[in-house]
Amino acid sequence: MSVGAVMTAITPTTEVHHHILSVLVQNRPGVLARVAGLFARRGYNIFSLAVAPAEEEGMSRITIAVDVESTPLEQIVKQLFKLIEVIKISELDPRRSVERELLLATVRIAADERSQVLELVNIFEGKILAVGSDALTVSLEGHPDKLNDFEALLGGYGIVEMQRTGRVALPKLDQQSRLRTMVTPGSSPAEKGKVS
Amino acid sequence: MDIPDGTKMTGAQALIKALEKERVEVIFGLPGGCILPAYDPLLESSIRHVLVRHEQGAGHMAEGYAHVTGRPGVAMVTSGPAATNLVTPLMDAYMDSIPMVGITGQVGTTAIGTDAFQECDTVGITRSVTKHNELVMAGDDLPLAIRQAFHIASTGRPGPTLVDIPKDVLQNEMTWHWPSDDELIDSLPGYRPIGKGHPRMIKEAAKLILESERPIIYAGGGILKARAADALRELAEMTDIRVVTTLMARGAFPDDHPLCLGMPGMHGNATAVTSMQKSDLLIALGARFDDRITGKVSAFAPEAKVIHVDIDPAEQGKVRRPDVPIVGDCRLVIEEIIIAIRDLLASGVVQADSSEWKSRISGWQEQFPFAYDAAEPGDALKPQYCLEKLRDAAPEGTIVSSGVGQHQMWASQFWNFTEPYTWVNSGGLGTMGFSIPAAIGAKIGRPDRTVWAVDGDGCFQMTAQELVTATTERIPIKVALLNNSYLGMVRQWQEMFYEERYSEVYLSTEVPDYVKWAESMGCVAIRVESPEEVEPAIEKANSINDRSVVVEFRVDAREKVFPMVPAGQSNDDVLLHPSQDSCRWALS
Repeated sequence: MSVGAVMTAITPTTEVHHHILSVLVQNRPGVLARVAGLFARRGYNIFSLAVAPAEEEGMSRITIAVDVESTPLEQIVKQLFKLIEVIKISELDPRRSVERELLLATVRIAADERSQVLELVNIFEGKILAVGSDALTVSLEGHPDKLNDFEALLGGYGIVEMQRTGRVALPKLDQQSRLRTMVTPGSSPAEKGKVS
Repeated sequence: MDIPDGTKMTGAQALIKALEKERVEVIFGLPGGCILPAYDPLLESSIRHVLVRHEQGAGHMAEGYAHVTGRPGVAMVTSGPAATNLVTPLMDAYMDSIPMVGITGQVGTTAIGTDAFQECDTVGITRSVTKHNELVMAGDDLPLAIRQAFHIASTGRPGPTLVDIPKDVLQNEMTWHWPSDDELIDSLPGYRPIGKGHPRMIKEAAKLILESERPIIYAGGGILKARAADALRELAEMTDIRVVTTLMARGAFPDDHPLCLGMPGMHGNATAVTSMQKSDLLIALGARFDDRITGKVSAFAPEAKVIHVDIDPAEQGKVRRPDVPIVGDCRLVIEEIIIAIRDLLASGVVQADSSEWKSRISGWQEQFPFAYDAAEPGDALKPQYCLEKLRDAAPEGTIVSSGVGQHQMWASQFWNFTEPYTWVNSGGLGTMGFSIPAAIGAKIGRPDRTVWAVDGDGCFQMTAQELVTATTERIPIKVALLNNSYLGMVRQWQEMFYEERYSEVYLSTEVPDYVKWAESMGCVAIRVESPEEVEPAIEKANSINDRSVVVEFRVDAREKVFPMVPAGQSNDDVLLHPSQDSCRWALS
């Protein structure tokens, strides 16, 4: 492997082809099924999905990455808004947000390859979580593109098992209008949060 | 009827109390294992229960009731197959934005997920056919769940909701608390329907309306949901703009009003279709640019700017990108537009001259009325003729419900709707068998009115058993059964688009015997086979008010609905009745 390739990998180049929706929902039974169902019904594939409790009690934040053109996305967002449990939807521009993901992988390696893998983990600033006689379990946290590169390089050694969490994202702080909130005429999400 | 907070009672008692608090007058339902506990306190309740013969009937009755009263209709059924039988009406109500609350029994909380007897994942199955649904796992949560269900069903863009209640939640003791308005609103932080329109958009709309030389008001079902018929009339009259009323908006603007152009769309009249097509401004009020209205979307009203008023933001730009989108309640927005127009006129703005447009429209109206060939002596009855006679003899304020197919289109075309909430039909979903149960629900909602169900023979065979309900519950309706022994609309498509290759559309001229069948269900039944029998039969039917009447008209199976815009084609290519085809140059 060339050093150049590694350099590219640790400074990820984000290609803007996916959209990231950050959806704040009431944490109630069935809410994930409702959200996922809307995408399924229109035949859009959810690229990645991460759900966890949000800062406010009783609320969860769903981060959805989806490959879709802008026009159908607008319709999906409006339909999502109609779900009773959806409080707020923000579309995060990948260029103006921070994205992170966690990867766990167990790699089978011959004894003579071990140092190469360790070096790779080191360059990517990953961690070794477990060491066996012929295998390693490693973790890497970072931008999803970085994880892609790491995964590709690791693939050369034989990945036994791998799990990625799906991306989570928040708007960057150092940009103006960092948060592009989907606004529909007369119904900004801000209004949705207000008592009318 | 007010119960102190903290009162102990069963979940079943709380359910019925909650329905009483929501001022429910009638429940359409059918008991069974899991909902059984709820049927016991019903015996002491002020709420009337109508025992249906099939759960689908309960759902359509609830819809019919909601159509004519504007209040949520309630259907209560048990778990499993009863809940799945309710799916069609829920979807029907969802498509047509009908407020409706479904209540289903569920297996006990500990049995959920075990494939118990009559268990099904009701909230899972109905998730995509309801505006909202909920499985209530604790008795204490029941009153709030019911309040939410009614609030969500009847506000914003109305629609169906469903509350699924496990049997033990109904049986076990709970502590009563009726949530206040604030508690209700706070419990739904993600639900804030929009009322007033955006002031800048309102001004923009008013400006466009006054500038337009070829404006058309495209009135949809939202006018009726928003109780905006009076506002619509005021807007049309002050601006002298012609109005088309969609299938869901029949009656929202009187058919006998000089500005009314009637129904547009696939089987709309040529004037309504063409005036939308040629217009330079479509003022869409509570309409959703359905494919049955637009025809081929890319060729729809190509020169028109669009003002789109709808309470549902997701309708804006879904089909046609509006020039002026206004999200809000139709009545409030129309009233605001009227004020904005007045302000502009007062400030010296002059409305554009549209006299040429109006005279073009009048010309079309004269040349292209609905047409059909009169029956030759010895021919079978013409269905359109039967409907004209039915219309002419109908008592004032008659409510018409209809099934789905040719008879539905003819009913919409040939009836003369002069007031709102007199037309009950399945527009979006196109549910065959809708008319009889919907008519029963409508009659319960408006017992003072005559209710005619216009039905086809295909539809009749799907839900006719609810006439037993009508008889036992003493809900007298009238059924005009246009029997052509075919699935008529499908037959028409096969004749026109499949080279007359008729595949599985012939029902039977022999069976069933509709007269015997209707009589066996306790109805008066009349068979009509010749033109001279039509009026006496209708007169007799109108004179009977203590029981239901079925009039079977044996009609000509060859009759087709015209005009017609073939599916997926441009409205420019509307097919006219053959007798008018030589004049079609006038439409271009």
